[in-house]
Amino acid sequence: MNFKDMDVVSIRDFSRAQIEEILERSRAMLPYANGEKVTRALEGKILGNLFFEPSTRTRLSFESAANRLGAKVIDVSQTSTTSIIKGETLADTIRMVEAYSDVIVLRHPHEGAARLAAHFSRKPVINAGDGAGSHPTQTLLDLFTIQEELGAIEGMNVIILGDLKYGRTAHSLAEALTVFGAELTFVAPETLQMPKDTVEQVRRLGGNPRITDDIEGEISSADVLYITRIQQERFPDPAEYQKVAGAYRVDKAMLREAKKELIVMHPLPRIDEISPEVDETHHAKYFKQAFNGIPVRMALLTSVLGVDI
Amino acid sequence: MKEFKVTPIRNGTVIDHIDCGQALNVLRVLGINEHNVDSTVSVLMHVASKKTGWKDVVKVEDRELDKQTVDKIALISPKATIDIIRDFNVAEKYKVMLSERVVELVRCGNPNCITNKSEPVRPEFDVEARDPPLLRCVYCDRVLDEISENLI
Ligand SMILES: Nc1ncnc2c1ncn2[C@@H]1O[C@H](COP(=O)(O)OP(=O)(O)OP(=O)(O)O)[C@@H](O)[C@H]1O
Ligand SMILES: [Mg+2]
Ligand SMILES: [Zn+2]
Repeated sequence: MNFKDMDVVSIRDFSRAQIEEILERSRAMLPYANGEKVTRALEGKILGNLFFEPSTRTRLSFESAANRLGAKVIDVSQTSTTSIIKGETLADTIRMVEAYSDVIVLRHPHEGAARLAAHFSRKPVINAGDGAGSHPTQTLLDLFTIQEELGAIEGMNVIILGDLKYGRTAHSLAEALTVFGAELTFVAPETLQMPKDTVEQVRRLGGNPRITDDIEGEISSADVLYITRIQQERFPDPAEYQKVAGAYRVDKAMLREAKKELIVMHPLPRIDEISPEVDETHHAKYFKQAFNGIPVRMALLTSVLGVDI
Repeated sequence: MKEFKVTPIRNGTVIDHIDCGQALNVLRVLGINEHNVDSTVSVLMHVASKKTGWKDVVKVEDRELDKQTVDKIALISPKATIDIIRDFNVAEKYKVMLSERVVELVRCGNPNCITNKSEPVRPEFDVEARDPPLLRCVYCDRVLDEISENLI
């Protein structure tokens, strides 16, 4: 399968077979990602990190992935912030970064920015999050984590819990999991439930998601509990926020009824959606999940640059 | 002899089977207002249709429509028919039909979409369904909710 020069803008651009291939390549990256083996496969290549929004984790994870492959990273974020103030269009900034690098990683506050960048750049563009839009590398590392921990995605019962309305990760994850044949349950207070658009898309893809505001009844049949952040800014009334946040806080007591194999995931950073006491249980996979960002991004970088390892 | 509720036109276009209530939006698409036409424009609102219950009809004299305009009509009235009238008779008839991509006909309704931020790009949508039209922005991936309010 050939991914050379492909842009990674939305998970929707990938077929199931393509995603499976990327997951396989990610697994092959594991020994290089944890430093067990060393590779210079991307020696001489330059990654241009272009972040218009602060996102230390994602930026560092791309940087680490590139370094593990022997590539150099230039961080054009500072430069571009300056020229943006002068009123330069994103299209022009992209044409500049394209001249300085072999692959561009973009984080931008406006939805569709990555598609625009891909349009103006001949070098491959990887979307590291565009506004409330998509964040495909997050989705890929989420899929990779489930696959690695449970051995399969198909047929798994996945609860997606939290802010499903605005949560950037929840929408693309729901669609991708449906393509892979997982059974979904969306748990959220009514005001933060999955948008109609996403629910319809999931149905069009053949899914039949359960929608509820009650987590208690769902835990015992779940294989995956995926938690997203509930943002305080979404609530005009702080008391209302406390109530909702409290009701969905995951702690040991909530997991008492859980299957032994249940894995708990979170894109991080967490605020207090997961009690620290859960960290020491064998259910907790969120730190592992964060690490998985490295092999997955290594697989993407080598794939779009057309380099075998 | 046919019976007409409005003056027949010699040459021009009849836009028939417009979704009920959309006639004024069709006039907007045609760019017609009271100051800028010298020939007859008839608007029939809420008339009985043999096929679909109620419909609107717009008739414009001395005008044929370009593809852009017909596509915009398809966006607000996917069942519309275009009848080209020559010498008082229907010379040509076709149904409006959106192509698979809609380019520069409507703006994205998402204010945070990059196409609404003074970048050098044209708004572009994938047509996922035609009746009713379901348009998905190629850039921000959102479905456009209010098509008629976002016509360019
Ligand atoms: N000379 C004319 N001036 C004004 N309107 C006309 C003229 N000729 C036809 N029309 C109108 O154009 C439309 C199409 O005419 P046509 O004779 O094809 O009717 P039809 O068979 O009912 O068509 P359809 O099957 O599309 O409904 C009708 O609404 C008719 O009133
Ligand atoms: Mg008729
Ligand atoms: Zn858009």
